[in-house]
Amino acid sequence: MIHRLALSDDILMSVSKPERYIGNEVNAVVKDREKVAVRFAMCFPDVYEIGMSHLGLQILYDMFNSMEDVWCERVFSPWLDLDAVMRREKIPLFALESQDPVKDFDFLGITIQYEMCYTNILQVLDLSGIPLAAKERGEDCPIVVGGGPCTYNPEPLADFFDLFYIGEGETSYKALIELYKECREQGLSRVEFLRRAASVPGIYVPRFYEAAYNEDGTIRSFTPTQEGVPATIRKEIVTDLTDVRYPVKPIVPFIKVTQDRVVLEIQRGCIRGCRFCQAGQIYRPVRERDAKTLKRYALEMLQNTGQEEISLSSLSSSDYSRLPELIDFLIEECSANHTNISLPSLRIDAFSLDVMSKVQDVKKSSLTFAPEAGSQRLRNVINKGLTEEDILRGAALAFEGGWTRVKLYFMLGLPTETEEDIRGIAELANKIAAVFFETVPKEKRTNGKVQIVASTSFFVPKPFTPFQWAAQCTKEEFLDKAYQTRTAITQQLNQKSIKYNWHEADASVMEGVLARGDRRLGQVILNVYRKGGFYDAWSEYYDNDRWLQTMAECGLSPEFYTHRERDVDEILPWDFIDCGVSKEFLKREWEKAKRAEISENCRQKCQGCGAAGFGCGICAERR
Amino acid sequence: MKLRIKFTKHGPVRFIGHLDVMRYFQKAIRRAGIDVTYTTGFSPHQVMSFAAPLGVGLESNGEYMDISVNSLPEAEKEAEAAGESPCACVVRRLNAVGADGLEAVSARILPENAGNAMASVAAAAYTVRFREGREPDADLTAAVGRLLAKERIVITKQTKRGEREIDLRPGIYGLELRDGALHMLLDASSAGNIKPALVVEALLADSGESLARNALLITREDLYTREGDSFRSLGEIGSESADCPAADETQASSFTIDKIGSKSADCPAADEAQASSLARVEISSETASKDGGAS
Repeated sequence: MIHRLALSDDILMSVSKPERYIGNEVNAVVKDREKVAVRFAMCFPDVYEIGMSHLGLQILYDMFNSMEDVWCERVFSPWLDLDAVMRREKIPLFALESQDPVKDFDFLGITIQYEMCYTNILQVLDLSGIPLAAKERGEDCPIVVGGGPCTYNPEPLADFFDLFYIGEGETSYKALIELYKECREQGLSRVEFLRRAASVPGIYVPRFYEAAYNEDGTIRSFTPTQEGVPATIRKEIVTDLTDVRYPVKPIVPFIKVTQDRVVLEIQRGCIRGCRFCQAGQIYRPVRERDAKTLKRYALEMLQNTGQEEISLSSLSSSDYSRLPELIDFLIEECSANHTNISLPSLRIDAFSLDVMSKVQDVKKSSLTFAPEAGSQRLRNVINKGLTEEDILRGAALAFEGGWTRVKLYFMLGLPTETEEDIRGIAELANKIAAVFFETVPKEKRTNGKVQIVASTSFFVPKPFTPFQWAAQCTKEEFLDKAYQTRTAITQQLNQKSIKYNWHEADASVMEGVLARGDRRLGQVILNVYRKGGFYDAWSEYYDNDRWLQTMAECGLSPEFYTHRERDVDEILPWDFIDCGVSKEFLKREWEKAKRAEISENCRQKCQGCGAAGFGCGICAERR
Repeated sequence: MKLRIKFTKHGPVRFIGHLDVMRYFQKAIRRAGIDVTYTTGFSPHQVMSFAAPLGVGLESNGEYMDISVNSLPEAEKEAEAAGESPCACVVRRLNAVGADGLEAVSARILPENAGNAMASVAAAAYTVRFREGREPDADLTAAVGRLLAKERIVITKQTKRGEREIDLRPGIYGLELRDGALHMLLDASSAGNIKPALVVEALLADSGESLARNALLITREDLYTREGDSFRSLGEIGSESADCPAADETQASSFTIDKIGSKSADCPAADEAQASSLARVEISSETASKDGGAS
């Protein structure tokens, strides 16, 4: 047990949820600090409950700690109340396990999962006493390394990181740590280590690259400034998921976190190729974990944590080939052990409804469809292979099975969207309600009615998707579309059965700026933070005016990054990254999208995206 | 079959709130492989009852939870050879999978007619120290004497509905200053629970001082139930062995309320009586833990 806490009793008694800061959870790893060679602080730059719900963090924590001479600990963003105390009393940010200052670590690894956490990264660096600008860091500072989906366009963050790890963490960290030890033994400088690290597969060292810009603000060139630094960085990938370690002894938080359950990752990647979806492209090719191994993991994790719930994690879980077998196994094991199964979003069909009725209380649970777009035409544009017929058939089956609540997810602002497509959202919701009244005779309607909740979010184009060139809507356009949707819903016959929710537009625009931004945005992020902005992912702390004003001060316009359709020949800030999917493929898909043509999924027909170059997963199976 | 498990809470985990301690034990019981009883339905939960919530920041030597089990663990061969009882096995297994600072110290099988932990709590013993640098100026020995001599100790308590006047005096069953610490036995029933800080505030108010923020280090020593006129540690109820669940061999170590005489300000011996009964409270809790493997 670590008795000495970094925070005094007075502080812990004065802040909300002091459990966030005391470590000592079951399965947290404590090593002898004198006996390890490398200390790695693994940070999720948001509050504890969010960070502890992230599977990637548990995977890397387990991987690093399996290395005998490495001790990996966790760091999260202190909540605002503690943040103020730490600044006032000059208390350095600490890692949970040892309660030692982050500044004393060899590495600070930061997982970057969403754009609106960028200012929290600066909060973490700042509270740690680490200079925000990577180039200003001395030999006593940890090497600051970033990973996660946002590093597929790391450019807005280039100033703040010593290096980025592009791709899946399981493959190259060992080599990076060995290189670090070697350089330290030889007494080499920080910069020399970074120079050598630039040759490790998957490692991008931003300070060794330079961007030049055209007069219109687009990029003229992006090139390495040093000999031996690669011009492109290819993402790292685990070729055989069954061989790789899995965290079967995850940490069990004391407080209720967002994902308060054990998580079984059944596959990586996705066969679907929805054109708006970044994850569906950057995690290609789809690779399944062996079902037999997964069953063993499930039992071990439940035993090691005592958790009362297990969930499956992957993109498009219905596509996992051994899903029925795995779920049958879990239902059998879990009912014997009073364990709940939290199902991932499944394609609604007879199988999934049968499974759902076994693990949920039908009366209380709701059914989720994600058509994403209101009309078949627009669903073809985005390559969402879900037809109205599929949805209505699924809904009818569900209503027969006793469900009365349906959730529908849509996006507004998709490329080529028209008023007709928006009306389609209302009409689809109305048709589903009609199916209920047709399917369920009056005397069988337990609650007397059906409840349909339609939610829309605003579409934000992301790098490495066929829509990476697309124009994003302005805030005004977004709000107008939400208004149109609401109006259309009120005109439906079954409008009383339909509830409509929409997201705020401000943050979606700024998310779009950061998602497709370039290096010049580093100054904006820095200045927003300097003005007191962080926790931007929390709408109550997001200050849109501060962002807009800061962008103007830096001579940058949000419209340049969002509202402009990019030419396919334009150099994009993330072009130097090779995520396996070729630009030619993305261009083809962008053209097909404009013609509302669909593409078959990986299982139906290979589209030649380029991911076959990794020689694994579904691409290898097909041969 | 109902088991009462006594546990302690020390170190960093003292910052874990009551609901999270419950959640912690639900998971620990599963890791330990204890055959706990579940409710039925779509979201089954363990049949579990905690004696009394412990405030965040407090340590404890005597917390209790009652759980229902379908069966007792069958001791592993080695443990059986060492003469380990099923209750001792529960304790050992819980600690093997536990978090540091939350330690099970005993388990007992409750008699069929035993009240559940929460309903039976009547009193709690506390040891209260002042943090360094936050000691009061007042002569505490004298202040304790004066406080106990009062017929009524009326304080204003902030509640959700506003302010309310309450009389602390009837709920102070014992109060004594010994070895630089205040030892208290206070009403901990759901109707009349008194927080130790309230008593210290009353002590200081008497000499015109107020309690500094976060000035106290509080350890809850044990919890008691009322049996007629006497208090009895929750840890003494029940038995280690399933064969004689009604065994009640520890009666002798409980004590009676009328000896404390806390309600009678006329009684000149009140202070002394309290001091001695507090000593006995401590003896009884020690006995309970030493009894651990004996019966």
